[in-house]
Amino acid sequence: MEDHRYDTSDSWRMLMLMINLVVVLAVLAFMYLSLEDQINDFLNRPKYTQEQLDKLTERGEMAQAKARGDNWNLIENGIHVKTGLKADKDLQLVIGACTSCHSAKLITQNRATRSGWENLIDWMQETQGLPDLGIREPAIVNYLAKHYAPEEVGRRKNIDVAAIKWYILDLDDESE
Amino acid sequence: MSNQRRKFIKDSILASLGISLGTNIVFGHNLPEGLELIGLGESMDNQFPGKNQLMTVLNDRPINMETPAHLLNDSLTPNDLFFVRNNGLPPVNIDPTKWKLTITGESASKTKSYTISELKSKFENVSYDITLECGGNGRKEFSPPAKGNQWSVGAVGCVKWTGVRLKDVLNDVGIKSSAVYLGYYGADTHLSGDPGKDSISRGVPIAKALEEESMIAWSMNDQDLPMLNGYPLRLVFGGYPASCSGKWLEKIVIRDQVHDGQKMLGTAYRTPCSPVAPGEKVDEKDMCIIEDMPVKSLISFPKTGATIKADQLLPIAGHAWTSGREITKVEYSIDFGVSWKEATVSESTNRYAWQHFDAKVSFPQTGYYELWARATDSDGNTQPMLLPGWNPKGYLNNACHRIAVKIS
Repeated sequence: MEDHRYDTSDSWRMLMLMINLVVVLAVLAFMYLSLEDQINDFLNRPKYTQEQLDKLTERGEMAQAKARGDNWNLIENGIHVKTGLKADKDLQLVIGACTSCHSAKLITQNRATRSGWENLIDWMQETQGLPDLGIREPAIVNYLAKHYAPEEVGRRKNIDVAAIKWYILDLDDESE
Repeated sequence: MSNQRRKFIKDSILASLGISLGTNIVFGHNLPEGLELIGLGESMDNQFPGKNQLMTVLNDRPINMETPAHLLNDSLTPNDLFFVRNNGLPPVNIDPTKWKLTITGESASKTKSYTISELKSKFENVSYDITLECGGNGRKEFSPPAKGNQWSVGAVGCVKWTGVRLKDVLNDVGIKSSAVYLGYYGADTHLSGDPGKDSISRGVPIAKALEEESMIAWSMNDQDLPMLNGYPLRLVFGGYPASCSGKWLEKIVIRDQVHDGQKMLGTAYRTPCSPVAPGEKVDEKDMCIIEDMPVKSLISFPKTGATIKADQLLPIAGHAWTSGREITKVEYSIDFGVSWKEATVSESTNRYAWQHFDAKVSFPQTGYYELWARATDSDGNTQPMLLPGWNPKGYLNNACHRIAVKIS
């Protein structure tokens, strides 16, 4: 029976090993739990600096604005986005006749009566090399007189109060 | 900017790209935010070289841009904020070392050419602070409306010009006694592309050309002229419509008659020789060339829309200018002209330089106010509160400038 002496030293070693393992795992788990936020932040850290991101976003916006501006047929709120002209069945006639020589802005910022627009066309034909508009002229004049007619404002218009962007003027130590 | 808006922008970029490519962009939503697709991105070059993006663009062909009033607050206007009034297309690929200015004409004793370095070395170099204002500045307010660029208040600026006196160069060539007028030609081309047509070729009476401050200039605020303001060489005439100050200057003609170049005839830069009712039709023969510009002022601080508290004084600042000798007084009103108070006005650095004014304004109670400014010059001329005499082309509006202020 003595031969059957049970050698306990191996079992003890095994047990100690298991305990060690558990302790190490527990320490690691504790470290992970306490540092979880930092680790996640590190793994998810931004790939661009804020400055780069701002720049990229800006370029994205510019690309979008450009894509919007390049869309020849886009009409928003009754305005043809590409030219700024009022949308109308005769819009393409006007674009064709006017914008090969000058910006559409020259139309949209001006106002005139029917005879005013007629005189303007005559002037462009006499001095600026505008060719005869032929049968297209009545439709073009109709379009201009309808959409870009003058309004009566008297001797001086009010300040456009609706257009003012009110802001708080920071005076700091400016005023005594 | 909120993430939602970013997402919206990204989505709409993808949608619009998808539409323009006629296909959906697969995995498009995995694209990093803000990145463009290769092959679609185009560099957004500044369409207006040397000019601030905050300028108000009235027209992009030809280029016409004015400065918002509150950006004119500097004592001398920065080059990138100086207004642009082009009639044609600016020249391209300029080599300033090869640039030549030729003086000729019926009343020139001979024809003579100068390179820019010859101008610099042969004649006394001078600098003046000179205000230039477009003859149509303020056109927007005329009623009935006049055609053309609808300038509000910012087609004006004052810079330090450096160059040579025009009279020194003209005298070097020789002026015949028959001389009446001076005309210029520039290197800009007509909008139609027709090389036989000048976009603009105006000028001034010979007496104006011989004034002390009339210049051929190569520099604004000690820098080269901006491309859109006439690089490399231009004329500068203070007190006259800025259209007289020819840009991209290549040729000067000394004429024995009133110059008849592009935009000298017809109704261009002309007002009725005698006053007319608003909207009245005026014959071309009854239109006279504009010479002197009227006395005028601009409130450059604060920007319109300022809100302050009832116990605060509002500091205001601005500039005033005249074709006369100098500005002698600037007044402001906060009660629609019922009462006026005087602002402090700076001395003029030289004739045609704008002068600065400032004041601290107190308000009697809360509410909506308009701040109006009006300048008076040494000839006793001042600014109207309503629009001045209506004219068919909408020139010379020197009605007092107004900004809105709220006291809360």
